[in-house]
Amino acid sequence: MRYVDEYRDPKAAQGLLAAIRHLAVGPLRIMEICGGHTHAIYRSGLDQLLPPEIRFLHGPGCPVCVTPAVRVDQAIALAERGCVVCTYGDMLRVPGSRGTLRQSAARGADVRIVYGSLDAVEIARRESGREVVFLAVGFETTAPANACAILRARALGLQNFSVLGSHVLVPPVLRHLLRDRDAGIDAFIGPGHVSAVVGSEDYRFLPEEYGKPVVIAGFEPLDLLEAVLWLLRQKAEGRCEVEVQYRRAVREEGSPRARAVMAEVYRVQDQEWRGIGPIPRSGLGIREAFAAFDALRRYERDLPVETEEEDARGYICGEVIQGLRTPLDCPAFGLGCTPEHPFGPGMVSSEGTCAALYRYRHPDREVTR
Amino acid sequence: MCLAVPARVLEITEDNMAVVDVGGVRRTVCLDLVTDVRVDDYVLVHVGFALQRIDQREAKRQAERLAAMFSGEPGGADAT
Repeated sequence: MRYVDEYRDPKAAQGLLAAIRHLAVGPLRIMEICGGHTHAIYRSGLDQLLPPEIRFLHGPGCPVCVTPAVRVDQAIALAERGCVVCTYGDMLRVPGSRGTLRQSAARGADVRIVYGSLDAVEIARRESGREVVFLAVGFETTAPANACAILRARALGLQNFSVLGSHVLVPPVLRHLLRDRDAGIDAFIGPGHVSAVVGSEDYRFLPEEYGKPVVIAGFEPLDLLEAVLWLLRQKAEGRCEVEVQYRRAVREEGSPRARAVMAEVYRVQDQEWRGIGPIPRSGLGIREAFAAFDALRRYERDLPVETEEEDARGYICGEVIQGLRTPLDCPAFGLGCTPEHPFGPGMVSSEGTCAALYRYRHPDREVTR
Repeated sequence: MCLAVPARVLEITEDNMAVVDVGGVRRTVCLDLVTDVRVDDYVLVHVGFALQRIDQREAKRQAERLAAMFSGEPGGADAT
């Protein structure tokens, strides 16, 4: 497939690895902050190919994983009062404080997986007698697409469609990790598709305020290897800056159109991150002008508000999704907590750190260091 | 979640939608988040939307960089 296969060439990978080995003279701990990167690293075995000096720390890069349990509870409450609840497939297995949407569907609730936000709008258009709620999660990559659903629903004059949103922003959680936690991060691999939307400027605070270099990377093995090489070159040459490896998709200004759609529909607000806690100005809420399409306002009186933040029962989910510890340190990893029966945020989506490690390294393959 | 796959634009249809080819499969995607997309462009598709146009010049530059990795460039040659 064009723009895929050429970034998986084993010979070029060997060439990049040789160059990386040449420059990897001291320890370098690189945090990637996109679940797509975490998944790609394990799938292609990059963590095992790289020299031992280089270690990946997996950041909170999965929006499904960090969606607060209360949002799942609210979706279940709406499904059980007769709404059609549409959502992305990964959300069905995410446990709220009283079960999952999948369990709710098994009891007869109308829960439907959609591939994209406009599928949910189409369901609302076709089934005008039903109230359709789209449980929408995502980082800056997905937030514009979810916002478009609201704009299109308004243009169609739909009165039976609303969005139950949980949208989170990458830069504030990085600040949180650097300011309040000590994961020992030396450098970052920046999120390629978030940056395709927001551009590369949003990360300048990492080198300028925290002295951490960033390379924004694509998602194929050669993209990630090239990003590691570029970080090593920055270090070797005494540079500390934001570089874009994924130039075929990331422009400095991002996507002005997608940013305009986001700005029209959302406003920045404080946000709860599952496993981490509240982070100021780290989420997006729906603006007052679109209140009719905001499930949190529309069904305000029927929704559960606060959930006891789950006690992790001795598990270390929060530390794992912040890159402070690895799933191998957790007593539940693979023993009770599996992708089929996730206990916590890292295991609920295939892009979560625990689920990616479980899928590609457990139990028959050599375990990552 | 932030997965996006490259696709070639086959046809731009009414209502700002497009038919694209994703690795041999035809799909309809929405163009509301991009500007200036034309037939035969490659776009990154994410949850039913074209997220960004692939810059073919930059892709070519990367291909040339990668080719140089095993052509004896200093620090770039295959150690084996």
